[in-house]
Amino acid sequence: MKRIVILGAGTAGTMMANHLRHHLEADLWEIDIIDERTEHHYQPGYLFLPFDIYTPEDIIKPIKDYIPRGVNLINDSIDRVVPAENYVQMVNGDRLRYDLLIVATGAKIAPEEIEGMKGEEWQKSVFDFYTFDGALALRNKLREWEGGKLVVHITEMPIKCPVAPLEFAFLADSYFKDKKMRDKVEITYVTPMSGAFTKPKATAALEHLLDEKHIKIESDFAIERVDNEQKMIVDYGGREIPFDLLVTVPTNKGDEVMARSGMGDDLNYVPTNKATLQSKNWENIFVIGDATNIAASKAGSVAHFEAEILTENILHYIKGEPMKDEFDGHANCFIETGGGKALLIDFNYTHEPVEGTFPFPGIGPLRLLKESRMNHMGKLAFRWVYWNMLLKGVHIPFVSSNMSEAGKHYD
Amino acid sequence: MDKQIAGTTVQVNEEGYMTNFSEWNQQIGTELAKEANLDMTPRHWEVITYLQTEFKNDVPLSIRKIGKSGVVDIKEFYALFPIAPLKTASKIAGIPKPASCI
Repeated sequence: MKRIVILGAGTAGTMMANHLRHHLEADLWEIDIIDERTEHHYQPGYLFLPFDIYTPEDIIKPIKDYIPRGVNLINDSIDRVVPAENYVQMVNGDRLRYDLLIVATGAKIAPEEIEGMKGEEWQKSVFDFYTFDGALALRNKLREWEGGKLVVHITEMPIKCPVAPLEFAFLADSYFKDKKMRDKVEITYVTPMSGAFTKPKATAALEHLLDEKHIKIESDFAIERVDNEQKMIVDYGGREIPFDLLVTVPTNKGDEVMARSGMGDDLNYVPTNKATLQSKNWENIFVIGDATNIAASKAGSVAHFEAEILTENILHYIKGEPMKDEFDGHANCFIETGGGKALLIDFNYTHEPVEGTFPFPGIGPLRLLKESRMNHMGKLAFRWVYWNMLLKGVHIPFVSSNMSEAGKHYD
Repeated sequence: MDKQIAGTTVQVNEEGYMTNFSEWNQQIGTELAKEANLDMTPRHWEVITYLQTEFKNDVPLSIRKIGKSGVVDIKEFYALFPIAPLKTASKIAGIPKPASCI
């Protein structure tokens, strides 16, 4: 009996458990999945929690409900991986030998990377919304906040879901309008990038929306510290931006387990082949989702497309066949723009997001890079798709793992 | 597109980043620095040389990496190239605009 061990039962790990159990004979392959948590969080939901659009129950389900029969869920903490000897050392002393390892340990925020970020004002006037606790504390703050300077801020790239802070700014605009207090709130969007997004066409469309919603943008801001006394953020060039309420996306890092195992880079991300998703250093280790260092978005949609390709590659690898160099960096993201509308973007390593229709070329019903109510409905419907199809490894109809150029308006 | 600089023609993209590093030389770097209102000092060149070495080794650059490089700390990097330092320095070094992962 051979054994596959999956580290992490988040979006990527859970999908791999479902795909592989479906494809591999139970009498030949044991599959174990390890996670120290018991709850699975629908992370895109964190965006909606502060604005009272979602409740905690919408976001949290038990991990075990999504792990298929025939896969052992090990609810315990990992000390480290010893890749040279093919085993996982658990904190409780157990050693788990593996024939094939899948790293799906994700990424998390590290506010301690910036001086003063996790200081006196943390969760008083400085908040994150990339954790459940952070989003919930921010919801409680927003319920009673009377207005002032709201600064929405990205510390450094890469971050999970790079459009989430923009969506936060748009939803805040909408939220304060609904509360009839938009005139009491000044919203500023602060980014280390030179514009609202990394790709030119989407940047233009998004900056137009920021302008329309009277959200000021401060770009090229590389934060040095948070000044808790004077309530401002200061960059290395000495630029100061004052705030009454700072909503920041702290530095994102891969899991500490990868650092302890000597498998990560300076941000604990695992060096990974961007097309096959095989570890660059160990041939029987594969990496998926936010844990990799590949230049694709750290997003559930990316993990979903990766999972379909990685499953095929692992099946090839097991049979000793050549793997497919197939992953193209495909990402597909809804961007909430407030007021019950959303944009949709679809892109990959080489093709930037452009206007067009999705998933049916020329028909839609979803429109790329344009605000529409249908896109917003798509985003809300996605929560159902996530819990009922995506995690279970059910293929989402009409949406292929590799990006399609059809129906898109490239120059 | 073509750009006339320091008496030669080099290839640049629409944002002014050189697209063929082999066309770069220090005179071109000096001229590119002038366009960014910078006078190059030996210290500037040390940083530029570091960036070019990393580029040749296919190491993606970030402000964080430069801060940990041991060549220059972030504070000094900003003092040397005050406005959008990584982009400005990359342009002067004749290497592509740093890609922030998305």
